[in-house]
Amino acid sequence: MRKYYDEITRIAGNVVTVRAEGVSYDELAVITTDRGPSLAQVIRLEADQVSLQIFAGTSGVSTGDKVRFLGRPMQVPFSDDLLGRVFDGSGRPRDGKPEVEADNVDIGSPAVNPIRRRMPDHMIETRIPMIDIFNSLVESQKLPIFSVAGEPYNEVLARVGLQADADVIILGGMGLRHDDYLKFRNRFEEGGMLGRTIMFVHTAADPTVETLMVPDLCLAVGEQYALAGKRVLVLLTDMTAFADALKEIAITMEQIPSNRGYPGDLYTQMARRYEKAVDFDEAGSMTVLACVTMPGDDVTHPVPDNTGYITEGQLYLRNGRIEPFGSLSRLKQQVNGDTRDDHRAIMNACIRLYADCTESREKRDMGFEMSAWDNKLLAYGEMFEDRILDLNVNIPLFDALDRCWDILAACFEPQETGIRRNIIDKHWPKDIGSQGPDNQEQETSETETQTAHAE
Amino acid sequence: MTGKIVACFGNMVIAEIDGRVVQNAVGTCHRQDGAELLSEVIRVRGKLADLQVFEETRGLKVGDKVTFRDEMLSVTLGPGLLGQIYDGLQNPLPELADAVGYFLEPGHYIHGLNTEAKWAFTPTAETGATVRAGDVLGFVPEGMFTHQIMVPFAWRGEYKVASVAKAGEYTVADTIATLTDADGNEHPVTMQQDWPVKREMSAFKRRLMPSDPLVTRVRIIDTMFPVVRGGTYCIPGPFGAGKTVLQQITSRHAEIDVVVLTACGERAGEVVETIREFPELTDPRTGKSLMERTIIVCNTSAMPVAARDASVYTGVTLAEYYRQMGLDVLLLADSTSRWAQAMREISGRLEEIPGEEAYPAYLESRIADFYERAGAVELNDGRTASVTVGGTVSPAGGNFEEPVTQGTLKVVGAFHGLSRERSDARRYPAIDPLDSWSQYTGIIDAKKAGRVRALLRRGNEVRQMMTVVGEEGTPIDDFTAMLKAEFVDSVYLQQNAFDPVDAATPRERQEFVFGKVLDVVDLDFGFENKDDARKVMFRATDLFRNWNYAPWLPEGTNEHETEEETTTPNGQAQPQEPGADQGDQKQGEGENEGGKDQTRSEEEIVEGRSEEFKRILGEIEAFIAAKGRTGAQESDESKQAEPQEATAAE
Repeated sequence: MRKYYDEITRIAGNVVTVRAEGVSYDELAVITTDRGPSLAQVIRLEADQVSLQIFAGTSGVSTGDKVRFLGRPMQVPFSDDLLGRVFDGSGRPRDGKPEVEADNVDIGSPAVNPIRRRMPDHMIETRIPMIDIFNSLVESQKLPIFSVAGEPYNEVLARVGLQADADVIILGGMGLRHDDYLKFRNRFEEGGMLGRTIMFVHTAADPTVETLMVPDLCLAVGEQYALAGKRVLVLLTDMTAFADALKEIAITMEQIPSNRGYPGDLYTQMARRYEKAVDFDEAGSMTVLACVTMPGDDVTHPVPDNTGYITEGQLYLRNGRIEPFGSLSRLKQQVNGDTRDDHRAIMNACIRLYADCTESREKRDMGFEMSAWDNKLLAYGEMFEDRILDLNVNIPLFDALDRCWDILAACFEPQETGIRRNIIDKHWPKDIGSQGPDNQEQETSETETQTAHAE
Repeated sequence: MTGKIVACFGNMVIAEIDGRVVQNAVGTCHRQDGAELLSEVIRVRGKLADLQVFEETRGLKVGDKVTFRDEMLSVTLGPGLLGQIYDGLQNPLPELADAVGYFLEPGHYIHGLNTEAKWAFTPTAETGATVRAGDVLGFVPEGMFTHQIMVPFAWRGEYKVASVAKAGEYTVADTIATLTDADGNEHPVTMQQDWPVKREMSAFKRRLMPSDPLVTRVRIIDTMFPVVRGGTYCIPGPFGAGKTVLQQITSRHAEIDVVVLTACGERAGEVVETIREFPELTDPRTGKSLMERTIIVCNTSAMPVAARDASVYTGVTLAEYYRQMGLDVLLLADSTSRWAQAMREISGRLEEIPGEEAYPAYLESRIADFYERAGAVELNDGRTASVTVGGTVSPAGGNFEEPVTQGTLKVVGAFHGLSRERSDARRYPAIDPLDSWSQYTGIIDAKKAGRVRALLRRGNEVRQMMTVVGEEGTPIDDFTAMLKAEFVDSVYLQQNAFDPVDAATPRERQEFVFGKVLDVVDLDFGFENKDDARKVMFRATDLFRNWNYAPWLPEGTNEHETEEETTTPNGQAQPQEPGADQGDQKQGEGENEGGKDQTRSEEEIVEGRSEEFKRILGEIEAFIAAKGRTGAQESDESKQAEPQEATAAE
C-alpha cells in the first residue's frame, strides 16, 4: 500500500517540494495533476521536505496535487522487444505501440571498474573517408561532433548510424526538432535498419526535464546489450541541450553557477554519461558518438570545452565538411597500424600536404608570387577537397586509400610526398605516377594538370 | 559516535549528531539495504555535521544512521604497495573486480594491502636501542627495492626497542617488534601502519634545497625547462595538446626510483592503457617490469567526485612513504583541475561564498598545500630523499588566466605550458618554448639554453614579420635565423613519443647532441640566397632527425647492463648489512654526480655508441666542417628515406 503526499510547499521552475517521509535520494515518484500523471525524481532531501524535478514541468501543478513515491530509481525495461521502437524522455512509447513488458534495469549505474575494461583495438568503418582514414572511429570510443546550428550534423550522425557495422544502434535525441526526428526515422527505415535500432527521442516541444533522462536511458539500455556481448553504437544529439537542461535545474535549485550559468558539476555530469562508452573484458562494447553544437561557434564555451576534456578526440563539422585540422581521434593509433600498411603514411602525408596547400592559398590571397610548388599544392588541395573531404563521398576505407594514392600521383612526384620509400614502391599507382605528369588525363582534368605543372 | 541523516543532495549528506565529532573524520552512512557508504566530515555547525560521501548517494534516506570514527581519512602503508592499482580510497581495483564484477558498486571496500602474503623480514634494530617515528626496525625485499619497516610515523616521542622479531616470513599484520614508551607501556609494531592522507608526513630531520636534476629524458624539459628531484612543476594545456601522453612518457622514462601515477577525474581509457601496458614494458634502466616501480591511483571522471578529491592526497601520501625509505619518488597528478573542480562542487553544496569562477576562496591555499608536500629532505639518519610533484592542469577553454592555472603557477618551480598552435602543427611535445619557464638548473648550462631561447624568440619574430612583408622582403640574416630556430625546434625540441629510440634521450646523449646542435646554430653559413639557405638547413634537419632515430647503444646491449649508466635504483636489490646501510641507498646517485664532475671526453662518449649513431655523427661533422656546402646531393636521397610522417604521430 503506497502512501500519497499532498502537502506541496514550493513550486518553482520545474521543481516541486513536498512534505514526505521515508523517501530515498534519487527515488522516482509520480505526481498526478489535472493534466494527468507525470514522473518526477527526487533531487534533494531536507528533513521532511523533498524536492522533485517534474518531468512534465510544473505548469498547472497545484499545491493540493498528489505525489506517490515508487521506492525505486528511474528504470528502463530491457529486452529485445525494444528493437525498432521509439520512446520519449520518460521512457514511454512514442510510436503508438504498447509499453514493453520486460525486466527493468536501473539507469545511471556505477562506473565500470577500469580493470574490467579492454584496450580498444577494433575499428568501426563508417565509409566516410574523413573519419575512416584520418580520424578512425574505434569501438568503445566516445567521440563528439563539434558543430554549429545549420550544419548537417544530424545527417552525419544518421549516416554513421546507417553505415557503421554495429549490432545495435541507439539514438538519443535531446531537444530535437520534430522534423529532424522524422528524418532520422525515415533514414533508418529506408536503410532497413529499424530492426536493430532503438530511439529515445525528446523533441524541442517536450518538457525540459525529460532531456536529462535521454542519455541515461540510452546508455542504460546500451550497457545491457554490451554486457550481453553486443557491439552497441549510441548516437546522441545534441548534448548542448542536455547541458542547458542541467543549467536550468541547477539555477532553480539556487546552486551557485560556475561558468556562464552552468553548474560547477557540469564536467562530472557529462563525464558520467560519456564515460559509459566501454569495451568490456569478455563481453561487448558501447561506442558513443555525440553531437555538440557550439553556441556562437565558440569552442571555449563550457559545453564543448568540458566535452573535449572528457572525450577521446573530436570531429569539427564546419562548412558542410569535417575539418581536417582540428579534428582528432585519440584512439586512431590503436587501430590504423593494422588496417593496411599505407594507412598511416597516407593519413600523415595527405594532411601535411593539405596544410601546406592552405599556406599557399594564404600566400596567393595576399598577392604573393606562386612558385611551381605552390601551384602543385593548390591543384592538390582542390582534388583532395572534391574527392576525399566532401561529405558525399561514400566509399570503404581501402577504396579511399587507393583514391588518395591516385590524387597524390596526379599531383606530385613520389619523393615530394615525403612518404617512406618502401611504401611508395608498393602502392604508388604504377600506370601513371611514375611516368611523370603526362599520362594523367584520366585522373585529373586538363586545367588542373596544367596548373599543377606550370613551371 | 552516531548520528542521523537529516538532509541529502548530490554527494553531500547532513547528519544530526549527538556529542563529539572530529573535523575531517570518517563517517559511515548506513543505507537501509545494508550497504555502508564512506564519507568525510567537512563542516560542523552546532549539532549538524556536513559529510561528503565518497559514493553515489542514491538510496539514502532521511533518518538513516551514520556512525563516526575518530580517525581521519587514512591509507595503509606497508610492503606490497608497489605495482598496485588503487581507487582514490586505496581499494585495490583488481580485487574489487574479482569481488564485485564489472561495476564499482557503492559500499564495497577492500584492505589496501594483501594481508595473506608473507614477507621475508630481516631485523636491523637492536633490542634496547632508542628509536623514534620513522626509524628503521628492519627490512623486507619488495621487488627491486629494500622496503624498510619503520616506527609508525604518528608515534610521538622516544621509544625503547623491547623486542624485535627474528628473521623470517611474516604477514603485514604480524607483530615484528615491541616498543616501550617513556611510561613503560608496550606497543606492538606491525609492517603496516595508517597515515591520514591530508597530513604531511614529517618524520625527517629537515628539508633541503632541491637541486639535483631529475632527468625525464624529454629533451625540451631537461634542456630548456628542467625539473629537479624534490621540485614541482605543472603542465597546463588545452584538451588534445598532449598532457596525458607527456605524463605517460615521463612515468616510463624518468630517471627516478618510484613513480606514483594519480589519474584524477580523467578518462578511464588512459588508465586502462597504463594498466595493460606497464606490466609488459621493461624499465630500460633496470631490466625489470615498469609496474614494479609504479603505483597507480585512479579515480576516473565517472567515479564519485568526493573520492576524486581524496585521490590526489592518497597519491602524495604513498609517495611520501617511499620517500621515507630514502628513495626518490615522482608523483604525477593528472589532472589537478579535476581535483579543483571536485572542491568547487563540494563548496557549492556547502553554499560557501564563491570566489572566482565559483571556485572556493581557499582554492589557492589547497593547491599550495598540495605542491608543498613535494620536497627534498634529509631523513633522521642522514640519508636524502625526495618527492617530486608534477601536475597537469586543464584550463577551461585553454585559457591560462583561470584560477587553477594561476594558483598553481604561484607555487611551482617550473611551468611547461602546452599550446594549441604547437599541437595543431603536430609539434610534440607541445610545450611552448617561448612561454614556459623553470627556476631550476638542469643538465645543460643555463647560458647555452638561454642562447637557444633567444634564437627561438628571434625566429618567431621573423616568422611573424614574414607574414606581412613576405619572403622576398625578409633580409637573408633574419631568414637564416628563422631557419635555424626551425632547425632547433624540429630536431631537438620535438620528440617522437612513439619511436622506441627517440622517445627517451638519456642525459649524456642530450648533452652530446645539444653540443652539436649548437655547433650548427653557431655556424656562419654566409648564404647567398634563400633557396640555398633552405636547402642547407633542410639537410641539417634531415641529418639530425635521422640521428635522433639512431640507437644510442650498440645493438644487443641494454642500458642496465652497461656500466656508465649509474641510475640503477639505489643499488639496493641485495639486503645490506644492518647498520651499514645508512647512506648506501643513495649510492647510485653519488656516482652519478661524480660522473658529472669529470665529464668524459667526446671520444670516450662516442666509443661504445651504435654504428649508425657513429656513421651519422661522421656525416654531421663533415657537414659542420664544410658549412653545409657538401653532400647537398645526397640530401635529396635521404629526404625520401626518412619521412616526416614519424614526427606527426600523436
